[in-house]
Amino acid sequence: MCTTCGCGSGEVKIEGDDLHEHEHVHADGTRHAHSHDHSHEHGHAHSHDHTHSHDHDHGHGMRYAPAHSHSPGVSPRRMVQIEQDILAKNNAYAAQNRAFFTGRRVLALNLLSSPGSGKTTLLCKTIEQLQARRPVTVIEGDQQTSHDADRIRATGAKAIQINTGKGCHLDAHMVGHALETLDPPERSILMIENVGNLVCPAAFDLGEAHKVVVLSVTEGEDKPLKYPDMFRAASLMLLNKCDLLPHLDFDVALAIEHARRVNPAIEVLQVSAKSGSGLDAWLAWLDARVKG
Amino acid sequence: MHEMSLTEGILQLIEDAAREQAFSKVSAVWLEIGQLAGVEVEALRFCFDAVTRGSMAEGARLEIISVSGIGWCMDCSESVHLKEVYGECPRCGHHRVQVTGGNEMRVKELEVT
Repeated sequence: MCTTCGCGSGEVKIEGDDLHEHEHVHADGTRHAHSHDHSHEHGHAHSHDHTHSHDHDHGHGMRYAPAHSHSPGVSPRRMVQIEQDILAKNNAYAAQNRAFFTGRRVLALNLLSSPGSGKTTLLCKTIEQLQARRPVTVIEGDQQTSHDADRIRATGAKAIQINTGKGCHLDAHMVGHALETLDPPERSILMIENVGNLVCPAAFDLGEAHKVVVLSVTEGEDKPLKYPDMFRAASLMLLNKCDLLPHLDFDVALAIEHARRVNPAIEVLQVSAKSGSGLDAWLAWLDARVKG
Repeated sequence: MHEMSLTEGILQLIEDAAREQAFSKVSAVWLEIGQLAGVEVEALRFCFDAVTRGSMAEGARLEIISVSGIGWCMDCSESVHLKEVYGECPRCGHHRVQVTGGNEMRVKELEVT
């Protein structure tokens, strides 16, 4: 692992490239390239440091190893206070992303749902209508394939595909790297379509302004109760595929009641990507949140 | 949920602390896990053993301090105990309760050598 930027050597790929081949852009706009060579150097330097610090410890008796102990009677064990959130690293990257979005006045949204809720279709329709007013860029998260990014690009919007490999969610670090290539323009809207999963993405802040959860009416009304973390984290629930309601037993009022039980403050809009119903309200919701 | 990612986060915090505070072996780790954090403790223990293998925390004892869920009931205007994220207020039975505590996931302290 590269300890300078925290790049894992895992299976995450952005547009088919390994994460650590990309250059970095820091919040202040400085860039530095990360090639394979670089990351090797990082690893090397790191292990040397380790050896040095071991020598250092021995020389000064800082470690309470029996053979070197200068303080008889002192326990070789000591306590170290950490007091840090387990997600601190992710949250630090998210803060960087958020600063970047604020600087460019980009409205970034994190779109979440189960697989098959119609997120990508909804996104395509949204982009088609939104593009005349302001630029839209998209980060697509999926375990494998670039099918979704290809669908988005067909609308004319700039899209970047992140493949998480075995990962079940996007994290702020992956998004930070994707932003380097995506380069969203000032006052644009960035849609981050997370991996289809109602569990894990709830905990990982990407630096977005809002999480938007998409629930389709072909799912159960009790999804908000089954996956409360996701609905609690979201500012808005889009109830999608509403054109199908006449053919289903889905109880809209009950679904909304369940969502509000988990998150009393959640807003709800009923939409249909297919018929276009409700999209005006969704576009107005977006417009109201773009700054400037 | 995502216990593997969380455990990797724990190991990163440990390794960062090791660089700053010059220790090379961790013998025990104390975590504070809120009851509303959505963390499956048994899964976390399993992942911890797997992720720390070969690291400075291999074989370390994992101590988990459970933190109770607290919410603000909008109807009672009072802090109440919560057993679930969408749980009902134990006073009025309504569900208009916002979680205010018990969703933390923190590395509290380490025993090191």
